Amino acid sequence: MKRRKVDLQQAPVNAAKGVDERFQAATPLRALLNKVFPDHWSFLLGEIALFSFIILLLTGVFLTLFFDPSMKEVAYEGAYPALRGTEMSAAYESSLHISFEVRGGLFMRQMHHWAALLFMASIVIHMARIFFTGAYRKPREANWAIGMILFLLGFLAGFTGYSLPDDGLSGTGLRIASAIMLSIPVVGTWLSASIFGGEFPGHLIIGRFYIAHVLLIPGGLLALISVHLGLVFKQKHTQWPGPMRTNTNVVGERMFPRYALKQGGFFMAVFGTVALMAGLFQINPIWLFGPYRASEVSSASQPDWYVMFMDGLVRLMPNWQIYIGDYSIPPLFWPAVVGLGALTTGPIFWPWIEARKSGDKRIHNLLERPRDNPERVGIGAMAFTFFIIATLSGGNDVIADKFHISLNAMTWAGRIGMLVLPPLAYFISVRICLGLQQHDREVLAHGVETGIIKRLPNGQFVEVHQPLGPVDDHGHPIPLEYGGWVVPKKMNRVGALAPAVKGFFFPVEKPAEAPVSPGMPPVSGDTREEITSGRK
Amino acid sequence: MTTLHDDATATQKAVDVSDPRLSRFDIVKEGLRRDEIEIITYESQFQGTNSKAEKRVVRNIALLFIIAGLGALAFLGFYIWWPWRFELGETLSDFYTPLLGISLGVSLFALGLAILAWAKKLLPHEVSIQARHDGGSPTDEQKITGQTMMFVADELGNGVQRRPLLKGAIGFGLAPIGLVAAAPLIGGLIENPHKDELPIMYTTGFNPGKNGGNLVRLTREDGSPIRPEDVSTGGQMTVFPGIPHGATNEYADSPTLLIHLRADDAQKTREAAEADRRNQGSMWGDYVAYSKICTHAGCPASLYEQQTNRLLCPCHQSQFLITRNAQPIFGPATRRLPMLPLGVDEEGYFVATSDFKDTVGPDFWERP
Repeated sequence: MKRRKVDLQQAPVNAAKGVDERFQAATPLRALLNKVFPDHWSFLLGEIALFSFIILLLTGVFLTLFFDPSMKEVAYEGAYPALRGTEMSAAYESSLHISFEVRGGLFMRQMHHWAALLFMASIVIHMARIFFTGAYRKPREANWAIGMILFLLGFLAGFTGYSLPDDGLSGTGLRIASAIMLSIPVVGTWLSASIFGGEFPGHLIIGRFYIAHVLLIPGGLLALISVHLGLVFKQKHTQWPGPMRTNTNVVGERMFPRYALKQGGFFMAVFGTVALMAGLFQINPIWLFGPYRASEVSSASQPDWYVMFMDGLVRLMPNWQIYIGDYSIPPLFWPAVVGLGALTTGPIFWPWIEARKSGDKRIHNLLERPRDNPERVGIGAMAFTFFIIATLSGGNDVIADKFHISLNAMTWAGRIGMLVLPPLAYFISVRICLGLQQHDREVLAHGVETGIIKRLPNGQFVEVHQPLGPVDDHGHPIPLEYGGWVVPKKMNRVGALAPAVKGFFFPVEKPAEAPVSPGMPPVSGDTREEITSGRK
Repeated sequence: MTTLHDDATATQKAVDVSDPRLSRFDIVKEGLRRDEIEIITYESQFQGTNSKAEKRVVRNIALLFIIAGLGALAFLGFYIWWPWRFELGETLSDFYTPLLGISLGVSLFALGLAILAWAKKLLPHEVSIQARHDGGSPTDEQKITGQTMMFVADELGNGVQRRPLLKGAIGFGLAPIGLVAAAPLIGGLIENPHKDELPIMYTTGFNPGKNGGNLVRLTREDGSPIRPEDVSTGGQMTVFPGIPHGATNEYADSPTLLIHLRADDAQKTREAAEADRRNQGSMWGDYVAYSKICTHAGCPASLYEQQTNRLLCPCHQSQFLITRNAQPIFGPATRRLPMLPLGVDEEGYFVATSDFKDTVGPDFWERP
């Protein structure tokens, strides 16, 4: 029996006990510490969006300390000589103030803008990963829908954000936004007048966009991101098929310590990348654009990249106006309102459409390799081709200028390409998927090509195949079943390489990691006798 | 560091955690069992303790942490001591933002790599399997919850059904409160675009109504009026209504392009204008003025191509032919640019003899 005394080592234990007595935290905390996460590089794309969002919140708060969301006309008297004496809005003046007279302000502004571009880019790439692997299938349809809404909110956050400085470029964007509202049948003029508080541009819009940009939209983003992550937690992450992995388990590592540490490291790497970009690559140099004037615009006026697809659609739209009696629908309505609406809300319903089409009501926790669902890949390829053509068309004047192509030719190329290339992409990607499938089956049936040519007694040359599984009495491989995961197709993938030769710094030849899960011990030279199909 | 390959049966059994013989890891494993986790491998990535490989990894990670610290110190140093105030010309202050970016970027990136290397190279390699439970709650749970909800609905719903007075009172009480929430939004936010005497959708600064009934002069951005000889042949000028704030964004629909055409082009333009009901008599000599606001999305259609007599809008590439009433000939615009009727007052300055006869700016549903 130890003597009781004030024991410093015992203090945290007592504190923890005290907390648990009040909050009963022990069991849920243990479950959290122990939670198993599957690991694959493609599962980290969404994390980039999350980390960019955190950077956006941090830098955004800094910017609000200096920004003045007012359209009051002032004469500039700041540090940038080229604009001194120019009449401008207080919003633009304070943006210039942040850029020139706040220590590190320009750095923060550029970090905010780059993080916003990265946020949207990682959302799109993350969505592509989800789509092409079928991760949205039951029970995760709702999270797919939330993801689409997050994209739309991010789009609005971006648009309201780059309108705030009230410079020449963003004012032009606002003008187009007003025209888009005007194009809506019946309520267009009322909508525009209500949002701008009268005639464009009025004196209210920057203040209204400001509250939307710093409170309403980030509030929505924060709430939906919480639900998004909460659902990932609750429903547990999907995993790739592979050894030991089934639809009813999760194979990976526990959240603590390793997984959480890797997340933290990744966050810092993303943060560092954004900081590097913010320091080295200039973005949105508003002082070159001057204050917004309704009469001025320069060529190559482009929005941020994630709005360019809409701008491209607007450029490609033929001038078809629909007249209904005394009223009419301007062509701007179709790409900018119907197009944007359909492209951002239509995909929300995809999980249910696919499930209905295939009559699939099962729960899917295992991902599908893209090649195993050619039709889905085809549709995705079609969508992305459309998106890319629209985005490129959003900068078709710059392409025309740099490559000395006629501007009209670029427009026509976009119009025709938009109709012709997506079906072509569908066809090509489906064929590629089928080809890859066939090759997988071929290797499973015949084995891996060894590159060894054997001459038979009758003079015939044959290539020797290394069977992946057992062989029958004649030495022919018994065909293996496909397990939904990578089939080794090269000899070094099944551990045929000799033990690594040591170099001065690194091994000259590294034994390739076998394409099996971390569950299998790494294939090294001395375990070469065990060759499996990658399926237990 | 331990290496364990558990056989499944061993992990199934509950252990008594008060047993003093249990190691800490045994207790952790009991927790894993309770969370339905089977730990397959948990093995050090190094052979033996203090191996050469391990020492090298530790050195590298330490180096990365040190780089992170140095980068952060460099950031602080640059932030405090580097000249940062903007000056014209090539000065040291030009490098302020890049230096902040490089130092902070290197610092954070090294920190990230250090943590990643620590997790990936130093911590034991692990494979665990946790069970999932999909497919809803047990059926009896579903039934109990469903019945409970039905019970609640019955209590409230039937209660209201049986008591007509309550039903009416609830309806009468709640509906106006709902409207109260909507009232300030609708009443405060909704603006009628057609309420003004000079409706905003159809009026620009060139309307004599904006100038006390007098004709409005064409002015430069600084407000100075323009004589015909100020615009050379083949030249063009952006003009604004000569009224207070006429050149500001308050009159965002008013910027106009005044063009002095060459004689042959002027002839063509005049023929086209005279043949048109709206544009008849709107030119003055060889001068023509078109609204600069694109009829497509409202950008200034300001790129004037003298050779082909086209106006190009740089936003969506609509092109308008000046010699044919600014008819759109390419791109998404459907409507021509409105022509401003020109005249010259007794002092010899350009005036607009009336407002634009066509609606200026982007198109909308009820445009006449």
